[in-house]
Amino acid sequence: MSTPLVEARDIVKRYGPTVALADGRLTVLPGESHALVGRNGAGKSTLVNVLTGLQAPDEGTVRFDGEPAPPLADRDAWRRKVACVYQKPTVVPELTVAENLFINRQPLHRGLISWRRLRGEAAALLDTWDVHVDPEARTADLKVEDRQMVEIARALSFGARFIVLDEPTAQLDNREIERLFGRMRALQDSGVTFLFISHHLQEVYEVCQTVTVLRDARWITTAPVADLPRTALVEAMAGEAVTRQEQTARDAVAAEAPVVLTVSGLTSEQYDGIDLTVRSGEVVGLAGTSGSGKVELAETIAGLRTPAGGTARLRERQLPFGDVRAVLEAGVGFVPRDRHEQGLVAGLSIGDNATMTVLDRLGRGGFVGTDRKRRFAARLIERLDIHAEGPGQPVSDLSGGNAQKVVMARALASDPRLLVLVNPTAGVDVKSKESLLARVDSAREDGTAVLVVSDELDDLRRCDRVLVLFHGRIVAEHPAGWHDHELIASIEGVDSMPEGVDHG
Amino acid sequence: MAETKAPPLTPVRSPDTRPARTVILRRARELALVPALVLLMALGAVVNDSFLTERNLISILGASAALAMVVLAESLVLITGKFDLSLESVVGIAPAVGALLVLPSAESGWGTGFPAALAMVAILAVGAAVGAFNGILVVKFKLNAFIVTLAMLIVLRGVLVGATQGKTLFGMPDGFFTLATTTFLDVPLSVWLAAAAFALTGLVLKYHRVGRALYAIGGNADAARAAGIRVDRVMLGVFVVAGVLASVGGIMQTGYVGAISANQGNNMIFTVFAAAVIGGISLDGGRGTMFGALTGVLLLGVVQNLLTLAQVPSFWIQAIYGGIILVALMIARVTTGRAQD
Repeated sequence: MSTPLVEARDIVKRYGPTVALADGRLTVLPGESHALVGRNGAGKSTLVNVLTGLQAPDEGTVRFDGEPAPPLADRDAWRRKVACVYQKPTVVPELTVAENLFINRQPLHRGLISWRRLRGEAAALLDTWDVHVDPEARTADLKVEDRQMVEIARALSFGARFIVLDEPTAQLDNREIERLFGRMRALQDSGVTFLFISHHLQEVYEVCQTVTVLRDARWITTAPVADLPRTALVEAMAGEAVTRQEQTARDAVAAEAPVVLTVSGLTSEQYDGIDLTVRSGEVVGLAGTSGSGKVELAETIAGLRTPAGGTARLRERQLPFGDVRAVLEAGVGFVPRDRHEQGLVAGLSIGDNATMTVLDRLGRGGFVGTDRKRRFAARLIERLDIHAEGPGQPVSDLSGGNAQKVVMARALASDPRLLVLVNPTAGVDVKSKESLLARVDSAREDGTAVLVVSDELDDLRRCDRVLVLFHGRIVAEHPAGWHDHELIASIEGVDSMPEGVDHG
Repeated sequence: MAETKAPPLTPVRSPDTRPARTVILRRARELALVPALVLLMALGAVVNDSFLTERNLISILGASAALAMVVLAESLVLITGKFDLSLESVVGIAPAVGALLVLPSAESGWGTGFPAALAMVAILAVGAAVGAFNGILVVKFKLNAFIVTLAMLIVLRGVLVGATQGKTLFGMPDGFFTLATTTFLDVPLSVWLAAAAFALTGLVLKYHRVGRALYAIGGNADAARAAGIRVDRVMLGVFVVAGVLASVGGIMQTGYVGAISANQGNNMIFTVFAAAVIGGISLDGGRGTMFGALTGVLLLGVVQNLLTLAQVPSFWIQAIYGGIILVALMIARVTTGRAQD
């Protein structure tokens, strides 16, 4: 067996009290395409940060070609070993492709940059690696796949032969993915080694030879792709034995419960022909990968987006798309995808944040009664068990869990008939998670219809049924009581059963 | 399905005309203001007989030289993705310090009796020092550039008023006025100097790694850092250079006016930003050329001159000037076809 190109052993990385990686291992042989898979929070990105020299591990060693990794400060040495193409571009959008390839090392002629030579060398570099991009194009004008190839070519020109691709297919459509894979295989033939990170297991089987699975910050297994059937891979990722927990016994939703939300034929760029209903007192989960369109669908129902076609009705009323205010008034409470980005105004107090949507009820003619507002906010704080000094405390002081409770409080403040929750427990501790999910349960008991969009199995486990979106279409429906591997398999689009056969 | 996956042996190349066209288009954007400038001059020639005379054109250039230097300075800072509002106060304080060092106490100077040449060095040093101070606050201590330099603008203006007791400084040695009074081929030295500064900066921005680093930093500072550019050091340098360039602008202004009043450079920064943005410098950083900035300066210079020639009542001149800046921005938006952010 040849010396591994990259070998990471016993990597431990902690951030304060949380252990991001407890036992990270990776051995990549030269010339292979190696897949790194694991659910969110399994420690993939931490391992990548260690492998690319962005962070030093607390314990463990990284070796390149048998030699110890260079010190963290020596960026040039790292650049010659390894490069990572992130989802977020690391190019300067306004500059040409040629200049991006040679930033800060442009070829000189008598002390001045020779643009002719720069163009020539860029064209030669792109040609060597068979990248068909105009070196004179503005980088901002490139398609995602071309930009990725430019970044790969730049990395290769530094001498790196080990390239980490961090979810390269997330923003690509099927044909572009095919082309990317074609290029990857060609580069592999010329001696480039890839570490391929993807949520789409299908792609792992298509383009990789070996796969390493991480789960709960630990190395689980490394095996040749050919020896690991899909079910075994999904099991390794999900850790079925551990996560198979209490499936809380609850009454099924009565068949005569009135339908609150009716979506029919909803279509946009991200999803296609969506039909679904949510009854009063029913919790419906919506699962899928990051590109599946699930978040966009939820945001459409909440009024943030306007679809290309289709309708959504709340009871009998048509939901006014693209008008958050009107949707809110119609009786929809919404927890947005990211509390930092869309959920909270960091500079305002808990009270201001929690009552933002209901101010018209707390006063007359646009004036807000401060006392009423404080009382209302204090009630919400108590109801949601938010650990805070009071309504006046800035929301930026709160821990992730308590901040998320404020977002939830605002969604509940208007006593909605439909709750739309996107990643309601993302990045919160276990206790807050329990308490947030308990709020969902009590809303359900009050007869509220709930639509939960989430990546977390724990969120989805509480649902009466879970719909799975794949490439913008509902492909499966799992009634409560599903097994983790069933759900993960349909989320990742690897179905062991023939197409068209129902699970139920 | 399986057959279609075979990679094509001869990949389709994009037709060769496309890249050439995009290059021409990009060049055209740099020249976007030239037609407007030509149009305005034609208009001027029609409206007023004395507009297209050699003497008037030279006077436009002479009047624009100081503004040009400050626009040049601001453009460098803007391309790097930062702001420097205090440049307008540097235009006042730097030459004033020079003058105070030269003038005897009887003429409200400090009586240090510096020779004129040394005073010139001191003027540039003041510009550099202000730039360095701004730069350290913004780059090292991560303060907000807009507010830091706004505060500096106010502080320096106040220092100037305080140091001169609000009086206008007269009677400096000839050295202070050489740039405006000495001519070469009938054109004042200040114009030649500004032109040379623009040419040199344009050259550096286009053909030197440091120049390209400014665009990289303004466009995506993280990418620039990842490419090995010393982002902090370059930014600090840009602030210092901008301060020096603005102090040169101050000397030119002093020569043009013939004295230093306590509000020399006052409100100039608005015109500076207008000229830069009209000339295609992005306030978000990473975009713009020296040629564009220069056309912005010339456009405003011509407008100013036309308004004077047309004998617009002085009470209305500001309103009209501001309106024309607005219209120029709209025209620039249409001709460049790009959002001005």
